Amino acid sequence: VTLSEGARAGIGRELGMLDSLLSLGGLVLLRDSVEWEGRSLLKALVKKSALCGEQVHILGCEVSEEEFREGFDSDINNRLVYHDFFRDPLNWSKTEEALPGGPLGALRAICKRTDPGPITIALDSLSWLLLHLPCTTLCQALHAVSHQDSCPGDSSPVGKVSVLGLLHEELHGPGPVGALTSLAQTEVTLGGTKGQASAHILCRRPRQRPTDQTQWFSILPDFSLDLQEGPSVESQPYSNPHIPPVDPTTHLTFNLHLSKKEREAKDSLILPFQFSSEKQQALLRPRPGQATSHIFYEPDVYDDLDQEDPDDDLDI
Amino acid sequence: MFVELNNLLNTTPDRAEQGKLTLLCDAKTDGSFLVHHFLSFYLKANCKVCFVALFQSFSHYNIVGQKLGVNLTVARERGQLVFLEGLKSAVDVFFQTQEEPHPLQFLREANAGNLKPLFEFVREALKPVDSGEARWTYPVLLVDDLSVLLSLGMGAVAALDFIHYCRATVCWELKGNMVILVHDSGDVEDEENDILLNGVSHQSHLILRAEGLATGFCRDVHGQLRILWRRPSQPTAQRDQSLTYQYKIQDRSVSFFAKGMSPAVL
Repeated sequence: VTLSEGARAGIGRELGMLDSLLSLGGLVLLRDSVEWEGRSLLKALVKKSALCGEQVHILGCEVSEEEFREGFDSDINNRLVYHDFFRDPLNWSKTEEALPGGPLGALRAICKRTDPGPITIALDSLSWLLLHLPCTTLCQALHAVSHQDSCPGDSSPVGKVSVLGLLHEELHGPGPVGALTSLAQTEVTLGGTKGQASAHILCRRPRQRPTDQTQWFSILPDFSLDLQEGPSVESQPYSNPHIPPVDPTTHLTFNLHLSKKEREAKDSLILPFQFSSEKQQALLRPRPGQATSHIFYEPDVYDDLDQEDPDDDLDI
Repeated sequence: MFVELNNLLNTTPDRAEQGKLTLLCDAKTDGSFLVHHFLSFYLKANCKVCFVALFQSFSHYNIVGQKLGVNLTVARERGQLVFLEGLKSAVDVFFQTQEEPHPLQFLREANAGNLKPLFEFVREALKPVDSGEARWTYPVLLVDDLSVLLSLGMGAVAALDFIHYCRATVCWELKGNMVILVHDSGDVEDEENDILLNGVSHQSHLILRAEGLATGFCRDVHGQLRILWRRPSQPTAQRDQSLTYQYKIQDRSVSFFAKGMSPAVL
């Protein structure tokens, strides 16, 4: 069976969702956790941008420049501009080396650039920024950066800006995370099972329904992305394809099946507490000939018997 | 140090990795045996150790250290060990006039924003001394424990900043190691401790988590140790990075075994 052109193109588009994260522009949120770290994926996406010829700026707050550049070869490293906020982010050494304006100042300076090419900004990490800056300030700065190319009234055409933000989910409450999610065009949540990493990608394109996809992947030692179909078979030791699944309803000493007549009788049965109009009529007007029941009552000495029927005033 | 734990971590004092941050955390049990292990490990590895001991007194660590084969008094006299005894020097903040800020200066200030004096104490203690010959292999910072700082009024972000600066100096600049103990209170309402624990977890290369057994106290199995390796320098294709063992603490050693394989049960 051969697939039609459209279906094949669709599958290609599906597999490439992780690949095409950066082509959409805007803010891409990489949500990682202690167990499934996201810096490798961040570096893989940075490498991909650099290979596409974009200039990549990294606001490094969590790891040293050496550690971030490790694993990249020299032509990629030449395209990376590392803004170092790792060594002395709070200016405790009181030297003049500290970059003025802090990380947000550096972010704004990157965007005031003159050349119109597309750029990628990697925030390592957005969690660090969120812990040290007020959430509103950070969100405003991110909004200004990622919506720069749609700013009207600007005569010089500015290239597409992609912002990759690494967010450590466990460090923040639902409020700030929600604010950042609403700013993001794409959200990638890292997870996985049994040694195989997965990325759940939620993509919000303007005027389109959000699409989501789970992509299994692994990162090769040179930080290129290796997309995979799913957890490998070796990681499921108990499934054995040679033993057919057993039907447990065979060889029973009792009958679990209904014959046709039995099924019909069952379907037409009125349940005892279901009140239909026939039942109501049957209760209110007992048919003649039906044996009515008698109650034989021996009144006690203390009983107060009233011969009037209390239901006489009911109008039925 | 516990030889069995070295085997599990695949390391010895001679060939330990450098530039790594190890997080020790304990939940529903006492994880201090891990602190004693790493203290004796790094002293035996001939490292210069700065121990910020906020939880117990010097003599406590010394007594346990002697059972594990290290003498803290001798190490301190030799200059190998710089010991900040939090319990004693917290009182010094109030009763001694000091020229420079005391490492625990934040105890005195109503609105202490940061732990910069403590960081400067650490940096001063571990900075390489140019005496011509290299006496010690590499510097190591040991903190027992970080959650005490939260109880003393510091915020989680301030404690994380302290760890960040220590990491930049000790791990990156001096190529040394850090071992930090953080308690996991398991208390849903203690958000600051959760932020601290998760923040240090994200910065660490190795996490050793000692947990009490879910079924409660047991005479033969004192708890469970989860080992999680993070941040390898090169990403590996298959990430099989987590191991779990159960342990029993004895007088001079700790024995580890796979789950359910305690010698008392077999």
